[in-house]
Amino acid sequence: MEDIGARILAGDHQVQYGQNQRTKIKALVVDDNMINQALHRTLLRNLGIENHVVGNGREAVDVHCSGRRFDLILMDLDMPVMNGIEATKKLRAMGIQSTIAGVSSRSVDENIQEFWEAGLDDYQQKPLNFPKLVSILQKVNHSV
Amino acid sequence: MERNQSRRQIAVTRQSLFDQGFLDEQFVQLEELQDDANPNFVEEIATLYYRDSSRLINNLEQALEKSPLDFNKLDNYMHQLKGSSTSIGAKKVKAECTQFREYCRTGNGEGCVRTFQQLKKEYGLLKRKLEAYFQMVRQAGPSQVACRPK
Repeated sequence: MEDIGARILAGDHQVQYGQNQRTKIKALVVDDNMINQALHRTLLRNLGIENHVVGNGREAVDVHCSGRRFDLILMDLDMPVMNGIEATKKLRAMGIQSTIAGVSSRSVDENIQEFWEAGLDDYQQKPLNFPKLVSILQKVNHSV
Repeated sequence: MERNQSRRQIAVTRQSLFDQGFLDEQFVQLEELQDDANPNFVEEIATLYYRDSSRLINNLEQALEKSPLDFNKLDNYMHQLKGSSTSIGAKKVKAECTQFREYCRTGNGEGCVRTFQQLKKEYGLLKRKLEAYFQMVRQAGPSQVACRPK
């Protein structure tokens, strides 16, 4: 099993997470900030991960209601309409078992605890970069 | 000869942005995402940043004219601006955002107004420097993608 993580950290941006598997990994980016959307999309795309972007928790829930499924959800915390905690709770209540990684600038313990308890599998403080994304991907169980 | 000089100039200008504290490591992370498939990624992010910041600064301006001040609203706008600034590596702007939020937390209106003026100054300076830098990069031609020497 090749060590994709090590190659990425060594600067190999040609690693394709989708290549050795029957289907590509699919990710959902949930963030209201356009810069973070662009950043997360590019990080994922550079790893060969198919990605879809929505602007708040409500849209994340809606996209699942329409039947779409993802291996990985990158969930921001502070968003209008519905925040990351509410969205995570709702998705888990719907039976969604995708890997959900909280990605937020917050470091106040109380809010992170609540975020974790909503049903996260992982948490990374913003801003996201390659090493952090690789760390998250190691938690992804590609069964979708 | 000319190309070498402009390449050197670009490198020196770029380094000064870090040395003078305008940018931090996050900017380097953005540069590393730039490649042949995405040759203008960093400048595109910068353009998004100007747009986003301009909108938030306007909102803050208006909110600071209200009386009494709505510190919750001010903090909310500043949280967003801090988020964008962090994502692009705008070190000094980010520091002003943090200071502003501290004043919101303690309900210090005067502190907020003062810090906001400073923030606008820092943001304006950064924007001018980045615009000048990207112009240099563009003028040097497509092969001059500025990257950290490996």
